[in-house]
Amino acid sequence: MKRKTFFLFSSIAIGCFSLLPFLWFVLTSWKTPSEIEAIPPQIIPSFYWGFYRSALEQYGLLRYMGNSVIVAGATTLFTIAIGSLAAYALARFRLSWTRFYLMLLLAISMFPQIAVAGPVWRILNYLNWLNSYHGVIAAYITLSLPMGIWIMTTFFKELPYEVEEAALVDGCTRLQVLWKVVLPLAAPGLFTAAILIFIHAWNEFFFALLILTNPTLQTLPVGIALFPGEYTMPWGEIAAASTMATLPLVFLTLLFQRRIVRGLSAGAVKG
Amino acid sequence: MAGLEVRGLSKSFGDTRILEEISFDVAEGEFCVLLGPSGCGKTTLLRLVAGLEAPSTGTISIGDKRIDPLPPRERDIAFVFQSYALYPHMNVFDNLAFSLRLRGFSKQEIQSKVTEAARLLELEAHLERKPQELSGGQRQRVAVGRAIVRRPKIFLFDEPLSNLDAALRAGMRIELAQLHRKLQATILYVTHDQAEAMTLGEKIMVLDKGKLQQMGNPSAIYHKPANTFVARFVGSPQMNLIEGKLDDKGIVFRAGESRIDLSGALSGHGADYAAKDLTVGIRPEDFHPTAPDGAWIRGEVEIVEDLGSDKFVHIRSGHAKLVARIAPDVGLNRGEILGLAAAPNRLHLFSNGKRINK
Repeated sequence: MKRKTFFLFSSIAIGCFSLLPFLWFVLTSWKTPSEIEAIPPQIIPSFYWGFYRSALEQYGLLRYMGNSVIVAGATTLFTIAIGSLAAYALARFRLSWTRFYLMLLLAISMFPQIAVAGPVWRILNYLNWLNSYHGVIAAYITLSLPMGIWIMTTFFKELPYEVEEAALVDGCTRLQVLWKVVLPLAAPGLFTAAILIFIHAWNEFFFALLILTNPTLQTLPVGIALFPGEYTMPWGEIAAASTMATLPLVFLTLLFQRRIVRGLSAGAVKG
Repeated sequence: MAGLEVRGLSKSFGDTRILEEISFDVAEGEFCVLLGPSGCGKTTLLRLVAGLEAPSTGTISIGDKRIDPLPPRERDIAFVFQSYALYPHMNVFDNLAFSLRLRGFSKQEIQSKVTEAARLLELEAHLERKPQELSGGQRQRVAVGRAIVRRPKIFLFDEPLSNLDAALRAGMRIELAQLHRKLQATILYVTHDQAEAMTLGEKIMVLDKGKLQQMGNPSAIYHKPANTFVARFVGSPQMNLIEGKLDDKGIVFRAGESRIDLSGALSGHGADYAAKDLTVGIRPEDFHPTAPDGAWIRGEVEIVEDLGSDKFVHIRSGHAKLVARIAPDVGLNRGEILGLAAAPNRLHLFSNGKRINK
């Protein structure tokens, strides 16, 4: 009983600590302009919806959101499509260099972004892909592929190989095995990989700022970061926009929660 | 003729030789069992035939057609895995229909073929179920069903019964034998269970350490084992193998206190082996008890196993431990001294591990 209460209180404490910044800007988004400036700070807002309206109408939040959906969605689709092929080969073909290659992928995924920013910008500039969806999507795919391949490889390795061999004998080509047997069985893993990639692309700020200088193409994090003008600091709109930017992720995660948990724990216990 | 023909097949993984120069035929419609202890290479041999591994050397043909360069899907074979390897995300119907769909059969054909296979294997009531909702025996049937729906040229079975409990295994063994008779299928069947091999096989190939030890019908394997490995591996309880020496005249075999007259068993070839080391094999059921005085083998009874239908006596004679089957009504006690003999034509003689009598 004592252990249980300790567990309960500590998890509540950790939860509150992690949620505090989130809670702060959600509450801020519902304050009136004078409540935001109030000293001492007023914690409970009066549920004023004006900042949401101005974030949507004056600051064009929907456009940013649309851009984010396109960029994060396409990044996820392409990464999963390319990554699953690569991951299957790494998981199943007896090639001498696969271990080395997997280590290399892990190393690449830990590169600081600033180190590759210069080359990425120059390549995109050379291709005339700066300020375009495909430019930022291409950059995001290269960023998310190593991690995606790594996650999917561990998933594919967990699957019973005899089932795939049975499919080969039954008449499948390798690609048919992947499509008809491996992908359906690895669905929880693919979902996990997809959601992690989507969240990463949705939140990415640095490359988006670098590549997208045209406001009509900018994604949410860049768009919101550029809300402040030379003489203005629209706290209320920033809070409202941040709240709305977070909602799709919360929604996605809750929707696929069970699959994600199954996916993340796959290495530990055989499902 | 659509039998299987394997010539000079070898397989190495790195420096490890798994199979060495294996050659054999399986005639069309024949039930051929590949028998051997675990790690002898029998599963590898099966996987080579299936195309799941590539041979290091050698050829595999079905009828006149070389199949070893072909991928598994073009070989027209079916493989029943030890783990069943059913598709967990498909129900029984789809598991059975999978290979037919890949081969572009029409819906009606698939329906009729799957229904026929399901009826044969008594799976009709379970067609809508997923594999994880089935019992071990039912999964086994689905695995067999998946193989028979498309009537391949060769069926490959990899220890299909080893995951079933003893009662179910005995039942499935009979069913497999009946299925073979009904379908007239050409089967290559891998097992480490010699009882399974004896009941199912029309031809048995005994494999050990990657080499073919003996090939023949069950009776030949049992009654004329080609070497001490086969002698020891086939039969339960094991054959008694007694190591000793033939005398200078090539007549009397000595091992400790035991004296066995081999003049009958060697029938005139005794001189060839005079004064040489030999191994004499006697199956437990070939022993008959005699008076201890002047018996071939004298020993002290250590344990009496009464199985109801059979009675096995474990005897210690010098350093050798022997097992003899005696009539159930013979009363014997621990510590009693027993004499044993056997008919000369029931003796198995081995020199350097190889059989020397006919």
